[in-house]
Amino acid sequence: MSEFVLETRGLSKHYGGVHALDDANFALRPGEHVAVVGDNGAGKSTFVRQITGVEQRTAGQIFFHGSEVHFSGPIAARDHGIETVFQNLALADDLDVPSNLFLGRELIKLRLGPFSILDRKSMRQQTEQALVKTAVKIPNLTSTIRNMSGGQRQCVAIARAAHFASKLIIMDEPTAALGVQETAQVENIIRGLKEQGVPLILISHNLRQVFDLVDRIVVFRRGRIVASLNREETDGNDIVSYITGVKGNEDAYV
Amino acid sequence: MADKQNHGIGGLKYDQSKTPWPPETGVFVALVLITVVFEVLNRMHGTSFLFNTRAAVDAIFNKPRLDIIILQVSITGIIALGATQVMVAGGIDLSAGSVVGATAMVAMSFAQTAMVNGHANPKALFGPWAMDLPAVDPILVGLACGMLAGMINGVLIAYTRIPPFIATLGMMLSARGAADWWSNGDPVSFPTQGYANLANGDVLKYLTFGLLSWPGENPAVLFIVLAILLSLVMKYTVYGKRCYAIGSNEAAARMSGINVDRHKVLVYTIAGMLTAAATIMLTSKNLSAQAGMGMMYELDAIAMAVIGGVSLNGGRGTILGTVLGALIFSVIISGFTSIRLDAYYQEMVKGAIIVGAVVLDQWRQRRNASRT
Ligand SMILES: Nc1ncnc2c1ncn2[C@@H]1O[C@H](COP(=O)(O)OP(=O)(O)O)[C@@H](O)[C@H]1O
Ligand SMILES: [Mg+2]
Repeated sequence: MSEFVLETRGLSKHYGGVHALDDANFALRPGEHVAVVGDNGAGKSTFVRQITGVEQRTAGQIFFHGSEVHFSGPIAARDHGIETVFQNLALADDLDVPSNLFLGRELIKLRLGPFSILDRKSMRQQTEQALVKTAVKIPNLTSTIRNMSGGQRQCVAIARAAHFASKLIIMDEPTAALGVQETAQVENIIRGLKEQGVPLILISHNLRQVFDLVDRIVVFRRGRIVASLNREETDGNDIVSYITGVKGNEDAYV
Repeated sequence: MADKQNHGIGGLKYDQSKTPWPPETGVFVALVLITVVFEVLNRMHGTSFLFNTRAAVDAIFNKPRLDIIILQVSITGIIALGATQVMVAGGIDLSAGSVVGATAMVAMSFAQTAMVNGHANPKALFGPWAMDLPAVDPILVGLACGMLAGMINGVLIAYTRIPPFIATLGMMLSARGAADWWSNGDPVSFPTQGYANLANGDVLKYLTFGLLSWPGENPAVLFIVLAILLSLVMKYTVYGKRCYAIGSNEAAARMSGINVDRHKVLVYTIAGMLTAAATIMLTSKNLSAQAGMGMMYELDAIAMAVIGGVSLNGGRGTILGTVLGALIFSVIISGFTSIRLDAYYQEMVKGAIIVGAVVLDQWRQRRNASRT
């Protein structure tokens, strides 16, 4: 087993002339929770999209548990045990909670090719377990998620990631659109993952949250990683200086 | 678990003993109301819409009318079943009516009989090799024809990313052209007895070993059987689940690893197959095929689905809803006939119903959008 769960070397993504991500060197240790912070447009989501194979990188290498990986798409990443909660929720509004949890990996009772019979009971039971495990509270499992609040929908997305993730969870601004109580709910789920030892990359604008939850903070600015600081050796002002460019105009390496 | 629970974010309360009305409830209520209106209108003329008023006949209901209500929408209804799953998956199929025309010509050409009243079949299209084939041959040829058209629709939509509206509009024109070309516009007639029996026989009697009988209503039997089958498929299989997922949020479905493109091809192919099944019933019933058959059937089918609560934006609707929508459609036609309203008015009212159903759908969409 390698020292790192995830490591990127020189990871870059250019959209035409826009260097959205430039030479990112990043590493995540087993069980570690790392926050990625930075201004809007700093390249945080781009970084996530390269790791999860949603887009193909311009340059650089990605190592997962020591071996180099080339994910052709998010499904390939998922097959390696990486679950992602994307910034724009990947949920189907007209489906109920169990169907969303098992979207694309439905449990089957009888295998008949595309007409395989769903194991609705098991999916329902496992959904209940997943929600209990993550302490997510949902009014009604069998109604569509269309009428649920933003927080409840986000919790469904996170419960899905938490239920299936075996090796790594990535969350892109999971609480950006949530109220105070809903945010607290999501933070509790993240604490639960820490206890279970599942490594996490958390993208967030909320520094209070970041200092509450994670071990290490990585700062992005204009597509580059400008700082990587342990929580104990930094504070809010320090981080803000890096985000705004007062500090750290040279690249940081971990 | 207790049946009443108090949980949820922010102390949200939810009473599990209260299940919401199924989405088809409104459609069902509309069906009942419309039926009652026609019953009242008939009573004002001293007749009845649903009930038997003839002293010579010993029956409670007006069975001929009930039979017609089912039979007259069976064929477009079967097409509407296919349209429902296409629309649930976020697509639309405008080609169904023309595919009926093309499939009718092709299937019928393999259903012809050699001798008509002691003379050689005057409409014979092929040589003796294609005469008096068992009914299964035209059935298979017809189904293949419909599936091919559907598959072309699906491949165009999935892999060239043409909007479904445009791709199936192209098929609408091409399939009608193929139907005209097939026999230079001549009808193809005089099927074998076996083929004629497909629609005009009494399959219910056969299936129930003589217990029940519903002669000449085979299209209705097929409509009901297919409706039940597809309803189960939409509800209990991966296929159905993925139709709803794709229609609801195609990007999310893709992200979740669903092979959206392959699924779309399958959905349109099945729609084509159902259209072909409807066509076989239609040509068997009419004992003849013309290139102009099925004109505008796609609009009737889409209307039935929309009336039944299937959303034009995808993701929502059920087979049961479409069946109820088809019945509403049929009750209105029969209702107007029963009060002797002109066919012209019927067409106008049909148009108004379709527009009304779409307006209702859009209104539902907006109400849902404002809630989230
Ligand atoms: N698909 C794209 N095409 C072109 N430019 C893009 C694309 N995606 C992101 N960008 C640009 O890349 C930069 C980084 O974006 P993003 O990663 O979304 O930032 P963040 O998530 O940190 O707010 C921005 O300048 C953005 O405009
Ligand atoms: Mg972002």
